[in-house]
Amino acid sequence: MAAILGIDTATEACTTGLWMDGEVRVRHAVTPRGHADRVLADCQALLAEAGLSLRDLDALAVGRGPGSFTGVRIGVGVAQGLAYAAGLRVIPVSTLAVIAQAVAEHAPARWIAVAIDARMEEVYWGVYRRDADGLVRPAGAERVCAPRAVSIPDEVGACVGAGSGWDTHGVALQARLQGRLREMEPGALPHAAALLRLAAAARERGEGVSPAEAHPVYLRDRVTHTGGSGG
Amino acid sequence: MQGPVLGIESSCDETGVAVYDPAAGLLAHALHSQVDLHAVYGGVVPELASRDHVRRLLPLLDRVLGEAGLSRDQLGGVAYTAGPGLVGALLVGASVARALAWGAGLPCLGIHHMEAHLLAPMLEPDPPRPPFVALLVSGGHTLLVHVADIGRYTVLGETLDDAIGEAFDKTAKILGLGYPGGPALAALAEQGDPGRFRFPRPMTDRPGLDFSFSGIKTFALNTYRAAGPGAAADIARAFEEAVVDTLVIKSRRALRQTAARALVVAGGVSANRRLRAALRALGETLEVAVHFPRPAFCTDNGAMVALAGAIRLGAGEAEPDLRIRVRARWPLSELRPPGR
Repeated sequence: MAAILGIDTATEACTTGLWMDGEVRVRHAVTPRGHADRVLADCQALLAEAGLSLRDLDALAVGRGPGSFTGVRIGVGVAQGLAYAAGLRVIPVSTLAVIAQAVAEHAPARWIAVAIDARMEEVYWGVYRRDADGLVRPAGAERVCAPRAVSIPDEVGACVGAGSGWDTHGVALQARLQGRLREMEPGALPHAAALLRLAAAARERGEGVSPAEAHPVYLRDRVTHTGGSGG
Repeated sequence: MQGPVLGIESSCDETGVAVYDPAAGLLAHALHSQVDLHAVYGGVVPELASRDHVRRLLPLLDRVLGEAGLSRDQLGGVAYTAGPGLVGALLVGASVARALAWGAGLPCLGIHHMEAHLLAPMLEPDPPRPPFVALLVSGGHTLLVHVADIGRYTVLGETLDDAIGEAFDKTAKILGLGYPGGPALAALAEQGDPGRFRFPRPMTDRPGLDFSFSGIKTFALNTYRAAGPGAAADIARAFEEAVVDTLVIKSRRALRQTAARALVVAGGVSANRRLRAALRALGETLEVAVHFPRPAFCTDNGAMVALAGAIRLGAGEAEPDLRIRVRARWPLSELRPPGR
């Protein structure tokens, strides 16, 4: 049996879930704050309901960002601590991909263009393709940039726009897609079920890192005003 | 709780991890200083500090457990700095510590950063016994505290503006020295003429134990503007003497006021040689024992957090729920004796 605990706290959603051979239990709360208050208690409740302990798990999945810097670190820090305690491997998954996967489960189009509002007139951006197995895969690299500068691979066809960036910058992003946009889901957020689906597939491919190697991905590295490229 | 306690410090720009055993003492400690990371910005950049903590913590933990010859399963508890400090930085240590402790089935406790500094001399042989007066001098704090007992603290005085370490760094910047400027300023002061300038000793001419250092810094700036770069060493000397004098005068007052028989000096600035010598001399005059932790435990470190954790976890304290909480501000006076 494969059992994976998943955590994503990178956005307004504090979403945790437990995967047991494809059966998924989820705790999902959308609050701007309070992730630190509930993430561990949610993990505890998920395991208790399933009658499992942390050591019964095969891996720990975490949304490694991009998103809120602090939110990303709470998720990754908790994943590091849990995985270290129980001797588990960590499967880091892009938070953009998790949003794409969550939307792909019901989307009327094969392509998902994910944009998270990154403030400072920028978005975290990634384009994903839903394949025959139902999983999303990235088309091009993730990046942080101005809405008018987002990159769209030529192969991209009819497309769903997902994530908070479509709320703030929908007009500019739609212009970039040049008529390929079928639908917008600006309220789309990461969901643990989607995270775990991607993580289970990654685990089958043998992916995973040690807890110490599980690092946040911020995309935005310019975080100071005094020059330099920052962290 | 039984067994060694893991301590994690991440309140500012040092990542510290240590293991302290209630019976055997300190088993191992490791520190990663981010000084170089922040140097180009002339001060700590909170977001960069947080980013570094989350990369450094587990490798340091591996190192410490390796040096202590312990496996994860042999730990008895986990302590982490819960405040005061930079919230984002604190949250990294708190998230890892809380998750690790729960995952390993261990009791866990958030520690007050300043209490950990106060107790740091207990990591040394011949530790002080309360009651004593503690002088905490660092980049973020300048405090005189009466320690009636562990957990019973009265703040006697604190800075009304800049922390002492901040005054050192800002004055060093005025003199064209790099960041962090404290040690560089102290080195330059050695070459300075002690008689050329006399800086004010702020708030020493009136009763009370509060401090103010922004005036000395401004005095340094005006003197530098008037006398020019050639006077930098003399200004450094005058600045350092004024600061040390001020700290000695207030420490003397605090000792007299409380009739305490021991003075504990902690925080990064307590590594300053002139300050150490002056406070030792004060101790001899007043026949009061003066305790300094070794320099590695004067600055932020995991050992003091593990020690404070061992004391409080050992008294039966532990976080009551699974909420990960940190505090940017946290008055020392809110603390209670261990287990109460």
